[in-house]
Amino acid sequence: MNAPAQLRRKRDNKAAFLFLLPWFAGLTLVTAGPVVASLVLGFTDYNLIQAPEFNGLENVRRMLSDERLHQALRVTFSYVCVSVPLQLAAALGLAMLLDRGLRGLAFYRSAFYLPSLLGSSVAIAVLWRQVFGAEGLLNQVLGLFGVEGRGWISDPRTALSTLIVLNVWTFGAPMVIFLAGLRQIPVMYYEAAAVDGASRWTQFRRITVPLLSPIIFFNLVLQIIHAFQAFTQAFVVSGGTGGPSDSTLFYTLYLYQRGFNNFDMGYASALAWLLLLIIAAFTALNFWVAKRWVFYDD
Amino acid sequence: MTDLPRASRSAAKHTGLILLGLVMLYPVIWMVVSSLRPNNEIFRSPGLVPDSVQLSNYGDGWTALASPFGHYLVNSAIVVLGCVIGNLVSCSMAAYAFARLDFTGRKLFFATMLGTIMLPIHVIIVPQYILFSELDWINTFLPLIVPKLLATDAFFVFLMVQFIRGLPRELDEAARIDGAGHPRIFLRVILPLMVPALATTTIFTFIWTWNDFFSQLIYLTDPEMYTVPVALRSFVDSTVATSWGAMFAMSVVSLLPIFLAFLVGQRYLVKGIATTGIK
Repeated sequence: MNAPAQLRRKRDNKAAFLFLLPWFAGLTLVTAGPVVASLVLGFTDYNLIQAPEFNGLENVRRMLSDERLHQALRVTFSYVCVSVPLQLAAALGLAMLLDRGLRGLAFYRSAFYLPSLLGSSVAIAVLWRQVFGAEGLLNQVLGLFGVEGRGWISDPRTALSTLIVLNVWTFGAPMVIFLAGLRQIPVMYYEAAAVDGASRWTQFRRITVPLLSPIIFFNLVLQIIHAFQAFTQAFVVSGGTGGPSDSTLFYTLYLYQRGFNNFDMGYASALAWLLLLIIAAFTALNFWVAKRWVFYDD
Repeated sequence: MTDLPRASRSAAKHTGLILLGLVMLYPVIWMVVSSLRPNNEIFRSPGLVPDSVQLSNYGDGWTALASPFGHYLVNSAIVVLGCVIGNLVSCSMAAYAFARLDFTGRKLFFATMLGTIMLPIHVIIVPQYILFSELDWINTFLPLIVPKLLATDAFFVFLMVQFIRGLPRELDEAARIDGAGHPRIFLRVILPLMVPALATTTIFTFIWTWNDFFSQLIYLTDPEMYTVPVALRSFVDSTVATSWGAMFAMSVVSLLPIFLAFLVGQRYLVKGIATTGIK
């Protein structure tokens, strides 16, 4: 009994090693390896030319007094905390409108999903620059209604909002996930609630939200992680500066500037690790809070 | 009696949905129309009906940079092709091992693989850059393609593992009894059955790689090697808001492949997002 089982395991080990060989190489060289290397480099001063030099906690000290880093954190947190809830609310709202049996459902779903595919492209960022520019499309349309616009992108008070709008615009991907989730809720729950005289709002709060909560949670975790990594749009819209007045200086953009404009690789590695810790903390917090509101049927 | 309000409510709903869809897609449609307008019209025509149609923006944009825009399209196509092949080969192999083979440390490795799904590229880019510059790979497509050959897009490994787990094991057993080894079972039994998962992987890899800006910006600094996103961005920086028409024209050109992929692969896209939550 024992011997053949062991024999088979041995055989699989060899095959598994071969099948996983590319993945192992990727893990050491491209993913997990660099994570460890980043941690080590984070405690050095390194400019790519001279060998890295250990400088203890110097990078951490620098972070504490780095005004631009603090600004980048403020910008990124505002972006994440405003755009993700708005985006998910839009996604859920639309998913509920596109309910079962709606004629043209596939068409609507495609139309609302399309921006998710386009949204991360440089081309759309170029478009955004025009649309929200001083003489852009938005102000032209506002002009038709006699409303005077402003340079939305050149004004530090509104520049970030244009990027938030862009993220909300890509609500199609979470919407498709919500749609799939809504399909799983048995219609009879709503029918029974309607018979008992429950209003639409009560049905939403008592049936839809609890039964959909694992999906809401999943989308929340995913979109927060995603939003922390936003880069392209801020880079193109601000011409790589994060301006005006650092108002669109996303964390990733600052990291890029330190690492690849200044070749300040040690500090950039420390910044990378801080980002990893922040994302991990947000995700852990999400899971912790989830215990209070996410409802698992089984 | 109850039919009438229902009908009008449904009509109102459809009107609302169509309006919202129009508002959302309006800027994109407007960009396409504006790419056919003379430059001076772009800043005073919020409407969609052009006074005159002209294709000269496309000609201007095509030749505005150091190389004709077709050069960047070819560069992007090479990177995309390499990444698609890389992901298909390496991720399906890894997925077969995780889904079907029994080996030491499987749980630990599987958990590690899942952990790397959420790993932001920004966290690993510095050491990666150092490695690739030591190898003298900067300004080649290798830093973009080789990682895909090493199954680093763990999303797709996970997607394929889920798919393979749904296939009946009896098929493997039958092949094994016929004397087939794992490579043969993988190639002859599993791979042909997982075409839908491979299609989803292809289409997402295509779109993501085509749109990817961050790593292409970092690894490709020689204008000869620019891909479409990097070229488009250099266009934006070099022309200070004077030739929006040409810029729009090339933006439209750069979005066209995405749009075509969307039309062809809609079914797989929707299925892919619904089952794994990828974007």
